[in-house]
Amino acid sequence: MPEYQRHEHDVLVIGAGGAGLRAAIEAAHAGVSVGLVCKSLLGKAHTVMAEGGVAAALANVDDRDNWKVHFADTMRGGQYLNNWRMAELHAREAPDRVRELEAWGTVFDRTPDGRILQRNFGGHKYPRLAHVGDRTGLEMIRTLQDYAIYQPIDVHMECTIVSLLKDGNRIAGALGYDRERGRFKLFAAKAVVLATGGIGRAFSVTSNSWEYTGDGHALAYNAGAALQDMEFVQFHPTGMVWPPSVRGILVTEGVRGEGGILVNREGRRFLFDDIPENYRSQTAADEEEGWRYTQGDKSARRPPELLTRDHVARAIVKEVREGRGSPHGGVFLDISWIRSKLSNAEEHIKKKLPSMYHQFKQLADIDITREPMEVGPTTHYVMGGVRVDGDTQMSSVPGLFAAGEVGAGLHGANRLGGNSLSDLLVFGMRAGKYAAEFAARQSSPRVDAQQADAIVREALEPFNRQSDGEGPYQVEHDLQGMMQELVGIVRREDEMRRALDALKALNERARKVSVTGNREYNPGWHTALDLRNLLTVSEIVARAALERKESRGGHFRDDFPAKDPAYGKFNILIRRGPNGEMQVTREPIPELREDLKRIIEENK
Amino acid sequence: MAATESLARNVVESGRRAAERSDTSAGTQERSATFRVWRGTGSSGQFRDYQTKVSEGMVVLDAIHRIQAEDATDLAVRWNCKAGKCGSCSAEINGMPRLMCMTRLSELDLDKAVTVEPMRAFPVVKDLVTDVSSNFRAKKRIRKFTPRPPDAPDGTWRMAQSDADRVQEFRKCIECFLCQDVCHVLRDHHLHEQFVGPRLLVHAAQLEMHPLDILDRTNELKESHGIGYCNITKCCTKVCPEHITITDNAIIPLKERVVDQHYDPLGKLVRLLRGRRSAGTPPEEAQ
Repeated sequence: MPEYQRHEHDVLVIGAGGAGLRAAIEAAHAGVSVGLVCKSLLGKAHTVMAEGGVAAALANVDDRDNWKVHFADTMRGGQYLNNWRMAELHAREAPDRVRELEAWGTVFDRTPDGRILQRNFGGHKYPRLAHVGDRTGLEMIRTLQDYAIYQPIDVHMECTIVSLLKDGNRIAGALGYDRERGRFKLFAAKAVVLATGGIGRAFSVTSNSWEYTGDGHALAYNAGAALQDMEFVQFHPTGMVWPPSVRGILVTEGVRGEGGILVNREGRRFLFDDIPENYRSQTAADEEEGWRYTQGDKSARRPPELLTRDHVARAIVKEVREGRGSPHGGVFLDISWIRSKLSNAEEHIKKKLPSMYHQFKQLADIDITREPMEVGPTTHYVMGGVRVDGDTQMSSVPGLFAAGEVGAGLHGANRLGGNSLSDLLVFGMRAGKYAAEFAARQSSPRVDAQQADAIVREALEPFNRQSDGEGPYQVEHDLQGMMQELVGIVRREDEMRRALDALKALNERARKVSVTGNREYNPGWHTALDLRNLLTVSEIVARAALERKESRGGHFRDDFPAKDPAYGKFNILIRRGPNGEMQVTREPIPELREDLKRIIEENK
Repeated sequence: MAATESLARNVVESGRRAAERSDTSAGTQERSATFRVWRGTGSSGQFRDYQTKVSEGMVVLDAIHRIQAEDATDLAVRWNCKAGKCGSCSAEINGMPRLMCMTRLSELDLDKAVTVEPMRAFPVVKDLVTDVSSNFRAKKRIRKFTPRPPDAPDGTWRMAQSDADRVQEFRKCIECFLCQDVCHVLRDHHLHEQFVGPRLLVHAAQLEMHPLDILDRTNELKESHGIGYCNITKCCTKVCPEHITITDNAIIPLKERVVDQHYDPLGKLVRLLRGRRSAGTPPEEAQ
């Protein structure tokens, strides 16, 4: 009979990045009891890695901006697969959420008249990203953390959830273990908010930390919730490519926002060669116009480096494949060229991009004020996730909510840079609010001891297997390599079929992995458990990608390279079937509201 | 266009340099190195030697991960971003408190064993993982950010970039706690309850110098946060991976405020008469 530490909360929030913290704060404001679980120490979540800024139509820098333009930009970027209600709420509410951060202590960079400064970013028509140099994510998480610790929130640090608990159809809580001692914790909760981030560790080249093993996606899927848009994985165009040990680490889009350009080994700005039709009217005609745009000239249009991430990433892959790449298989990203434009370029770069300067200096011996960086695409974000109601963020399982990267809908087929931090705030807040409301209406759920015991027994299995079995790291490593190769940035039917076969074999191996040592802070054991989630989400991504026989946003099919309007009418949903099989269905997108239709037309 | 020409030259030149890097190093050439890693829980433990292959460009955290994957699957280590932004992988490398993810092997003498041990100012949980919870508790004792009323009718504030700059330096802190690790008040004298330590003084400084904050924490800095224990050896500044000038920019100005308020009777009288900024409400009352 396993032993548990028992905790009871009205609302249990799983994940303490931007979305989780914001949800917990909102639920605490509503007066319900709140538990907040995080896999790492508080304040270390992946939100710290966000660099460029938080998108909100404050119109501090360009007074032509407003929520309607932001809405239209988000829909265009998402290729109209977005949950348009979420895109609307996001654009309307992001400015308030940003101002609220300032009231809680965030010190954003300022305009000359002392207001919050905003910068240009890919796919945003006007300078829209409130930022703090290139460490906006750190500033945001620290603000939320330092606000949250004074709220009545029970924080459970270094705790991993292995399964959600249900009482019939509704959510009843979650079961996890504390990483430090390996003791199991049973959380009874009337509502659960998933805020677990993404799935980047399913791929070998990634900007994501070890935490990004698709936990929330898999927890929700296993609990019967529908996932949507899982074929859309964002490969950020600029990750480091050298040295090998840092491959994948993010190089912020802010470099391009500040005037950085992408060139191939011949010194050519190749992005000018292929500008997509739907962005042609918004893109600079020549280099000079592009430069003027980055310097705030309102009459200029943006340089092609600031096209959406999916497009830029594919253009880089093309250069490399056709032999025009940099020596280590990327292209050059150059900000040092602005020395020819600005007399104080060196200081300017260090001020605007301090952590990029630091990162390249320390990890690659490169002074970005003097020479170009080598960059290439890196797995960065998953647009897909738990299908939720646009207003409340509740999933198809009563009492189960999702916010931030683990939720789906806002970004459609491709996310705009800067829309992630605002997503966390807007929908973290909404999830917390509606989870608290939901919990207030519920009686305490019944926690089924047998259900919990079975979960614990399964979680402990890796200790009981033959000790000469394979360890979890090799399986994880092979999975990442396979996904990168077969379900990566360029996809084909035959390769994805091979991926499904490979996943079967990897699942077999995963079921046999054994770990040594005891339960106290044992990364081998932790990896063995995380691996189960990675395998689940990998298969979901592959199946969704197979179903979408077209190219759109983050999903590119070599065998179907064109966009197919028929595929623009539905989202792909994946659910767990009654016999444990994956069910793939097509869910029609509800027709756009008339006023929103007009906004899109006006902003074409 | 002249700019484009010089750019093309720059790119070709840097392509050549990058290729050279790959000729000489590039991760294909491997060598073996020995890492002397602390293994154990609580107060019992010992160093254990691990040999692993290393290549150019690798950082200490890569080597630890390789050892973990090959030899010691239960080797405990905290890490997250692997880019010096989250402050999780703090340890002592050859006796120096550093982030493992930002310490390149090329800086170390690999002909000798590289020692990697947990931060010694904190209790060991297991291997390289320490119990840093005292820092989280200490932060709660510092009164929270409290802004002045908004400057504009729409609920927003105005502040100059120069004022923002001053606290942005402190707000760069990634909470790696290396400064706490190296602080002799904590490390050698174990005064964790009496002295909040450099990290939390940086936190207090960003609050005290925050352009919008209106509280005065001077009294509790002296009375309960123990700022007087710091005798400005500047060890914390030396190890800060974010290059925050902890002592000069954060601690000394706070110390000056304490001196001004507590040991300068004339100044005290003037402040009393002016009635500005209510000094030193105890933390319990303020929350």
